[in-house]
This record gives sequence, C-alpha cells and structure tokens, in this order.
Amino acid sequence: MSDARGLASWLTTTDHKRIGLLYFWTALAFFLIGGIEALFIRAQLAQPNGRLVSAETYNQLFTMHGTTMIFLALMPLGASFFNYMVPLQIGARDVAFPRLNAFSYWVFLFGGLFLNASWFVGPLFHAGILNVAPNGGWFGYANLTERQYSPGPNIDFWVLGLQILGISSLAAGFNFIVTILNMRAPGMKMMRLPVFTWMTLVTQFLIITAFPVITVGLAFLIFDRFFGTHFYVREAGATPILWQHLFWLFGHPEVYILILPAMGVVSDVLPTFSRKPLFGYPVVVYSGVLIGLMSWGVWSHHMFAVGLGPIADSVFAATTMLIAVPTGVKIFNWIATLWGGDIRGTTALHFAVGFIAMFIIGGLSGVTHASPPTDLQQTDSYYVVAHIHYVFFGGTIFGLFAGIYYWWPKMTGRLLDETLGKTHFWLQFIGMNLAFFPMHLIGLLGMPRRVYTYAPELGVGSLNLVSTLGAFLIALSILIFLVNLWRTRTRGRPAPNDPWGGATLEWSIPSPPPVYNFSVIPTITSRLPRWTTERHGPMRDPPATPPEPIHVPGGSWWPLIAAFGLPVLALAPLTHTLWVAFAGAALLLLGVYRWAFEPFEV
Amino acid sequence: MSGCGGPFPQSTLLPRSDFARATDVLFTDIFWWAAGVFLVVETLLVVTLIRFRHREGRAAPKPTHGHTLLEIAWTLAPAAILVFVAVPTVRTIFATSGEAPADALKVDVIGHQWWWELRYPDLALVTANELHVPLGRAVQLSITSADVIHAFWAPPLGGKRDAIPGHVNQIAFRADRVGDYGGQCAEFCGASHANMRLRVVVDSDSGFGRWATVQLEGPAAPAPGTIAERGKAVYARSACIGCHTIQGVSPGVIGPNLTHVGSRTTIASGLFPNDSAHLASWIADAPALKPGALMMRMKPPLSDADIAAIVAYLESLK
Repeated sequence: MSDARGLASWLTTTDHKRIGLLYFWTALAFFLIGGIEALFIRAQLAQPNGRLVSAETYNQLFTMHGTTMIFLALMPLGASFFNYMVPLQIGARDVAFPRLNAFSYWVFLFGGLFLNASWFVGPLFHAGILNVAPNGGWFGYANLTERQYSPGPNIDFWVLGLQILGISSLAAGFNFIVTILNMRAPGMKMMRLPVFTWMTLVTQFLIITAFPVITVGLAFLIFDRFFGTHFYVREAGATPILWQHLFWLFGHPEVYILILPAMGVVSDVLPTFSRKPLFGYPVVVYSGVLIGLMSWGVWSHHMFAVGLGPIADSVFAATTMLIAVPTGVKIFNWIATLWGGDIRGTTALHFAVGFIAMFIIGGLSGVTHASPPTDLQQTDSYYVVAHIHYVFFGGTIFGLFAGIYYWWPKMTGRLLDETLGKTHFWLQFIGMNLAFFPMHLIGLLGMPRRVYTYAPELGVGSLNLVSTLGAFLIALSILIFLVNLWRTRTRGRPAPNDPWGGATLEWSIPSPPPVYNFSVIPTITSRLPRWTTERHGPMRDPPATPPEPIHVPGGSWWPLIAAFGLPVLALAPLTHTLWVAFAGAALLLLGVYRWAFEPFEV
Repeated sequence: MSGCGGPFPQSTLLPRSDFARATDVLFTDIFWWAAGVFLVVETLLVVTLIRFRHREGRAAPKPTHGHTLLEIAWTLAPAAILVFVAVPTVRTIFATSGEAPADALKVDVIGHQWWWELRYPDLALVTANELHVPLGRAVQLSITSADVIHAFWAPPLGGKRDAIPGHVNQIAFRADRVGDYGGQCAEFCGASHANMRLRVVVDSDSGFGRWATVQLEGPAAPAPGTIAERGKAVYARSACIGCHTIQGVSPGVIGPNLTHVGSRTTIASGLFPNDSAHLASWIADAPALKPGALMMRMKPPLSDADIAAIVAYLESLK
C-alpha cells in the first residue's frame, strides 16, 4: 500500500487497496448502526405491547435497518473485498479505472451519510429529531410512499439516497467488469480465475443490469412525489403494482448480488483450509453464473399475495424452485471439497462452514415459500424474517466474516487472534440461531412482520423474548470481533506473505502489498498457481523488490469533488431550493471536467 | 385482541377451513422434504468435518478436482425432490385460486388506514372489523383497498391476499369449526399497520342468521330521558357525523359504520375491548391510543359529560 501519510493522501487516493480499506471501515460503521437499529427493534418486541419506542420511530427503525444493512453494510463490505482482492487475485496493479473507483467510494459514503442524516435533521423540516428518517420499509411500496400518504421528507431522503447509492454501484460495476475481463495477468484464463473473482464478475453483471431497473422505479416515484406525475397513482389510471414489479425485478437479483460474493469467499476459503482444490470448479462457476441468470426470472415470488393469477403463480413457483438446483450443487461441491481434506479449523474455516450450515436452512425455508399456497401463509410474516436472516446473516454475513478472517492479514499485515475469533464465531452462531430460529414459529403462529407491537393473545411473547436475547448475544459477539480488530493494531501477529498456504496470487506478495502489488507481473500456468498439481509445480513468487522501477499514478481530488456534487444536487428537491441544484450540478460538472483533463502523470 | 378464543387465535398451524387445510397439508408435505434434506446434508457436513479434521502426520490430501457422475447425481437429486414439491404445489394453487360456488356468501373486504370495512352485498349489510361467517358454507371474500395497499390475513381460515386499490382479489373458503379467530393486516401500510387487526367469528348457521338479522335492523332508538338519548343529540351535532354512518342519523363514509357498534366486542380495529372506559378515551383522543389514527382529537374538545353521553349512546346500538 502507498506509504503516503496524512488525511489528504486518503482523500485523494486511487489505490484500490486503500479504497478497499475505506469501504471496509465505512461499511463496518454502517453495519454497527444497522445493528444498533436491530437491537432497538428486538428490545421493543421482547414482549407484547412493548413501549420502548413509538410506532413512528419503530417504522423508521425497521426501514433504516433494512436499507442500511443491504445498501450500506453488506453490499459495500463485499465491495471492500472486490476492491482489495480482485486486482491481487488476477495479477493486476490496480483496477481498470482507479479514479472512477475512488468516485464510487465517495458517492457511497455521501449517499450513506445523506440517508442517515435524516435521523438528525428533523428540526430543519419543522419536526423533531428522529422524526424524518425514511419510514416506508426498505421496499418502499407505492402508493404508501406517494406524497398523498407520506407527505413528510422521510421518503424523500429514501428515494434520493438510494438514487445516489445506485450511481456508486453502477460505476463500480462497470469498473470491475472491465478490470476482470481486461486486466488479468498473462495466462490467467477465465477458467483459472479464483472463484471469488468469478462470483464478483457475476455480481457486477447483476448490478449493472438490476440497478437501472430500480433507478427507473425510483425516478418515477421521485417524479410522482416532486412533480405531481402519476406513475403509481390509481386515481389517474395507473397501478401501484407497477412499483412492485420494478422493485422486485431489481430486488431479486439484488438478493444474489448480496449472496454471490459470500459464496465466492467460501469457495476460496474451503480449499485453502482443507488443502484440496475446489471440487468441481467449473460446475461451481457455472452454477454461480446460472444462479445469476435465473435470478431474473423469479421476481414475482415476492408478489404471490398480489393475486397475479394461478398461471403466473405456477410459473414463478417453478422458476423459483429451479434455482434451488444450482444452489444445491454448490453446497454439495463445497462438502466434497472438504471430504478427504486435511481440514484446519481456523476461524475463517469456521465461518465458511457456518455459512454452509446456515445457508442450507435459509435455502430450505425458501423452498417452502417458493410454493405459492404455503407462501400465502408465510409472506409478510415473521417466517420470512427468519428466512431472509438465515440467508443474509447466516449466509452473507458469515461468508463475509470468513473473508475478513481470511484476508485481514493480507489487508493490514497483521493476523487476527484465533481464540477471540473462535469465541466470536461460536457466540454469533448460537446468537443467530436463538435470534432467528424462533421467528419461523412466531410467523407460523400468525405474527406479521413490520409491526411495532403485538397482542399478548397471539402467544408469541416468550418466543420473541428468546429472539431478543439471541440478538443481544450477536451484539456481544460483534463486540468481541471489534476488540479483535482493535488488538491487531498493536498486538496482532505480523503476517507473512502467505499465512495460510493459499493457492491464489494474493498470497504471493507481501502483506500488506506494496503500492504496485506485483514487483513483476506473474505469468499464470494453472488454476492453483501457488500449489503443486499433477502438471505444475508452484509458481515462483515475485521478487521482494521490483527489478525495475514501477511508476504508480498519483492521487486526484476530482473524484471526491464530483461525488460531492450528488448529495448537494439531492438537497435541492429535498429543500425545494433551485439554486442548490445549480450548485450541485456545478460541482459535479467541475469535478468530472477537471478529472477528464487531469494529466495522468502527476 | 380481546375476545379471541384459544391459545393461538392467529396460528397457521391450526387450520379451520378447507382453504387453510389445503395449505397446511402442502406445508407439512414440503416441511418433511425439507427436514429430510436438512438432516442428510447437515449430517454429511458434520461427519466430513470430524472425519477429515487436521491431525498431525496426516498425509497430504489427494488433489481431486471433481467427479462428473457425482455432479450429475447431485444435480438430479434435488431436481427430483422438487418435482414432488412442485406437483402438489400447482394442484393446490388451482384448488385455492379463490373460485367459490355460486351460492357462496359474498363479503366485500375493504382495507382502510387502519381498519377493515366489511360489506355483505347480498344481505345489504355493512359492518367493520369483525367478520362473521357461517359454519360450513362457502364464503367468498372480494378484497380491495380504499387507500394504500393492505393485506387481508386471517390465518386459521387461509392464506393472505393483498388489498390493492383499484384491484379486487378473491379468497374462497368454507370454515369447518365454530370459533373466534384473529386476523391482521399483513402488508405494511403506514403508522398503525400493527394496529390494523381483525376478529373473525365462525358461527353456526342459526347463530350467523341471528347476527345478520340484528345487523339488518335499524339502529336502536334510545329511550326518552336517558343519557343515551342525550348522547345521540351530542353525536348528531358533533364532528362524528362527518365520517361515520349510523343508519338514519348520519351518513359519513370515511370511518367505520356504527349502526350496530354496540354489538361488536372490540373497537379501533380489534385493538381494545368495547367497554365504556376504552370508548371514552378513544372518543377523546383516538391518535393517542392508535398512532396516526385519522379520527382526530375533537376541536374544541368535548366535555367529559358529552363523551360519557356518546359512549352510552354507542353502547346502546346493539
């Protein structure tokens, strides 16, 4: 990583490794905020008729919990690994467009701050603090989110914030597709890519195709809210169902945008710690691609209760069930990778195996609501809350933690403590099952989701209490993780180039890598370049010092300035002030113009 | 949800209609397939982890890269299981698609923020928040919304359907056990989504007939000189009439029909028992009891005596 110090060196950085770390810390902060929101939710629901927060505050809490976790925590945590690891795994010096990469990060940061500012700026809108945060759910169903039913600035923050964040994801999506396709080291054929990089590629294609759909959906809603159009207004002959189609056409691929990177991490971690190549590499890759493609044909399973008719219900039930096949294939290949291996129970392996064990549960409960008749009893109940948390927490978060424990030494040069790591794992594992397993039953007993209170007569009070205890156990496990992170600053064992005996390129260079990554760009002759296979010995790691000087481009202020134009632009409709729009547009144009004409060599 | 019988009045696991039973049978079926898969795969995972855990001196693992036959096998196995899930699924979809025989009792269910309007078109009967249906007779609900999207869900009687403005969804069922069940809006619909509850009463045929007869009568006229009669006068000159219907007294259509409000067991969409204390505090300040409630605090506020009079009047409307 670059040796430059000081704030300016971070604000102007275009080094993918620094941007990866910025993504990591920012996403971690949002993860903690989203987690605190979850704790408020669970404390409120610990018993029937809870009175900790008001209905209005609760509705903001669950909306922001979902929005934060999906867009500000899990996606960018994945992005932190795309940034840090993909160039290393393909033998590149940086991503294809380093300044666009910086732009993506700053847009993400500003979008996240813009959304979360809504907690505090109530007084600017003649309301109290904690009054104007988004309150329409992370799915923001029209026509509830139309101005008529949501007159305050709450939903404005949400539509404008998501629109900003979409720009970040789209820019990064194009950047990583070009990077993975064009920046591979000699000999790094597509079918030699590490599976994490493969799944990153599939994820980016999903992002660049799915985000335009939500962008359109949001643009319609923005027009309805600010300019009085009628895209979702029934009285004008439109239908609010249009929003649901657009949202889920984005929303289901989004589920795979969140899970595929974690699947990629697991596919890299398991071989390393069982000292065996990934079983069925091409099958795992193709099933990932297939899952990505199939994710486009299942969106209406979020809408079985809408009443689309028995034919549509049957078709979407069938496509949804089919997606279980490539998913199952991945799971069997992971277990087969472990089978016959020499399994070292590192923390990273614990989390990767935890991913498999928990994701199976989420997958199976998913099959129960792939069936429309049973879904009619489950959708919008706590059963579905259980399901998504087995997928996103048991799946994505366990997978991302596997990645953190696996790659942290590469990213910082320090190993995380394994004892604390395993304590973290077991507490989180027990905590999540306590928190989320009872929700299956809570839902089947008739408790809807997104309710700030429930009647004691439902008979779900004690189950909810167990769930709340589980949530606080998760919080404890995360605290232990934070302590572990903090300790590495001073007491973490220094990491060698390759603490784990990894097969892929990132382990061939120092930890953390020098600013140029590879002193000599390696030539790849095998899928597992650093391992001995039938046909190849291990590659020679690049020398410690570059044989000839490597020029690395300097940083730039312009991505930051251009990115800052976006939240300013969004302030204009929010405050109904025209000149702010011109100021925002000017910043954006100035940033992009100077960026375009910036001399590449500084 | 006062007034509901049984320990789990809203459970999907205690089906009380043909619709709910069909769903429950299918769920049980899928559940056992899922449980079987869960056991097999998790056992395989745990056995693998124990058997192949690191031991000192273990020889380097054989670098196997894959196995075509195995791949085919574990592609086909889940696909085969899914056939056993998909076939009954499609059968149940068509069996529960909402078609009811012509003689079914029709009920229009209209979601409002945050209460349920219930209309029995064949009986010319309008009520709110407490759905009465007869035992054993086919019932067809036509579900829609007057404002935002809601979802009608009375789990013991079957799965939910969204209540969408400008769109009518249908559910058909035949209740098979007399009882008092819970229901609730299942689609997030704003501030008081959690408080948009519902009571469902499955009555014997004669019991349902008696209930319908009472509901069809005009409102009881309070006896002269009673406090209830004064309540009627206060009601008739207050803002109440802008939103509520009491047959022959007020024509409002924004809030629930109150013609027989005294016969209901709950108020505020299943939130509170229908007693004098709750009615009084509800009339005084509804949003304090139910966040966002569109029934605003009276301005100027009614005196306690006026409120007590209205309460007496409403309670007389059996």
